[in-house]
Amino acid sequence: MSTLKSFNLRDKGADIWASWNKASRVAFVLFLIAMVGLLPFASTFGPTSFLNTPISSYIDVLVFPVGMFVLMALGLNIVVGKSGLLDLGYVAFFAIGAYSQAILSTYYGWNTWTVLPVGIGLAMVSGVILGLPALRLRGDYLAIITLGFGEIVRIIAININITGGPNGIPGIPNPPSFLGINFNLENTRNYFYLVFFLILITIWMIRRFTVRRPGRAWEAIRQDEDVAALMGVNTLVYKLWSFVIGAAVGGAAGVIYASKVMVISPDMFKFEVSILILACVVFGGLGNIWGVILGGAMLAYLPERIRFLTEARQLVFGLVLIIMMNLRPDGLLPRKKREKVTEKGSA
Amino acid sequence: MNFSVIGTQFPSLLLQGLALGLIYALVSLGYTMVYGVLRLINFANSEVFMIGTFTTLYVQTKILGYTNLSQPIHGLKLWYSLLFSLLSSMLISAVVAVIVELVAYRRLRAKGANRLASLISAIGVSIVLLEGMGILTGGRPKSAPRLLEKWSFGEIAGANFRIDTLLTIILPIAIFVILNRFVTRTRLGKSIRAVSMSEENSKLMGININKVITLTFIIGGLTTGAASFLFMTVYENTAFNVGFNMGIAAFTAAVLGGIGNLKGAFYGGIALGLMEQFASAVIGSQWKAVTVFVVLVVVLLFKPNGLFGEAVQQTRT
Repeated sequence: MSTLKSFNLRDKGADIWASWNKASRVAFVLFLIAMVGLLPFASTFGPTSFLNTPISSYIDVLVFPVGMFVLMALGLNIVVGKSGLLDLGYVAFFAIGAYSQAILSTYYGWNTWTVLPVGIGLAMVSGVILGLPALRLRGDYLAIITLGFGEIVRIIAININITGGPNGIPGIPNPPSFLGINFNLENTRNYFYLVFFLILITIWMIRRFTVRRPGRAWEAIRQDEDVAALMGVNTLVYKLWSFVIGAAVGGAAGVIYASKVMVISPDMFKFEVSILILACVVFGGLGNIWGVILGGAMLAYLPERIRFLTEARQLVFGLVLIIMMNLRPDGLLPRKKREKVTEKGSA
Repeated sequence: MNFSVIGTQFPSLLLQGLALGLIYALVSLGYTMVYGVLRLINFANSEVFMIGTFTTLYVQTKILGYTNLSQPIHGLKLWYSLLFSLLSSMLISAVVAVIVELVAYRRLRAKGANRLASLISAIGVSIVLLEGMGILTGGRPKSAPRLLEKWSFGEIAGANFRIDTLLTIILPIAIFVILNRFVTRTRLGKSIRAVSMSEENSKLMGININKVITLTFIIGGLTTGAASFLFMTVYENTAFNVGFNMGIAAFTAAVLGGIGNLKGAFYGGIALGLMEQFASAVIGSQWKAVTVFVVLVVVLLFKPNGLFGEAVQQTRT
């Protein structure tokens, strides 16, 4: 079976991983974390200096879009990849997180660390409000309703006073220092580590869920919802859970984003962002954490790297999407074959 | 909230809503045709619409030689010019739709890929068309010459009934009637319905699936192109990003009526146009999208397959 055609990098990687003992696994993970931790220095280090982004600041690019997109793609992957629900309005949760930070910190003087749980909570609550009616529907109806929800959140932000209308909210404070780590304009590198830390927590959370009851329920729902229901899986509850957990990740990303950029406005939360994050998930490899991370990092980084093309860069981005999807329809790093088998029928 | 508007302006809101709704209906036929066969949202249909508007503009300014300063024309020459721009808009839109199918869908379908993969490649095509046109036009909106003098037939119960309103009501209805006949009566139409019921079985019955799919894209392109022409006749300007709002509205209309169902798309479009007009008048135009989506959610809660239901059995993800 090891012909080139059926070669699956993800399976190969999983085999290698399974053959290691605990010590080498820990060493490998630490090595990976160290490599990612060194990323902010890559632009000034000789052999990797090609990574430097022309025009935009490299470290800013690493935080937003790269870090944020990876984080949000991981969150959306729980919804789209794990439980197979097409969500076209994921940006709504990002916006809710960002606006909670903006409003609570500028009007009420809360700091980022106290807003973080509240922002996550609000995103989760809105996930329930949206999910309860929407998740009773199937497939593309869910897609259009989530799309509508994303637009509604943005329209509300434009049209009410507390969100500052179309101009948005300026003067959002940076997070206060935490354990001696400063977060301000001089220390943008620390934002990268903060986002990286959130990404690690999210990965850990997803991996825990995947091997436990919710993960199995999501897998069953994704493969066949009717059969899952017949087997006694409470499909609505588990779909809602995946929706809400995805929303929580989006909300967390929003809170951190708002306190990093210090000014937010409704046009940062357009439908295009939802589409872009979905593209990260599918491009990287639906349902596979490592693929999604790779996809998110690449699709966020690419437009910044080719910024010198000015007008044509979005065009090139579109071409890359078409070509890559045609070459690798399952994404860069597809999910395990075992999980793919039953997917054929519904394709 | 200003409910008194309904009383005073009811006929004119109704007329405007109907005209807008019928343009939506034509575009949503494009979505619903493709969805019925492929079970996929054709994300690039909004850009097909955009290309259609620019085709109309190009034909009227570059080929027929009208400028923004030229006087409206009359008589045979007017109808010839309008018909020529309508047909070229429909034709070019259909060609673009077929190209979209070849680039974004065909290879992926042959590989038996996941539906989301096609969705993303369609989004890629959509970005390429959008940005390409943005570069060509320098990102500036373009206005079309006014060929058709917008004379009024007079007022019907306070509503100003104009020639372009009449045109936007007659043309979509005619197209819908022809399309409906085509799909229900002809051999090709039957093969479209067969494929939308079961691809496997249609294959066994000797239907060429690829041909049918191309045909649905052609039909979708034709109706969308007609919508672009009407849009240009009524609103007289376009921009490279004009497709986005139209696409979302038309897709919402298709879902509202029951996606995959011709009748559903048609009446869904009309319903959406009326809803937008009345919502704009009563609670302000900034809230119209919110109203539309709230109504959509409520409708789907009570009728999970849209107002008219799906043409075939329930869709699966």
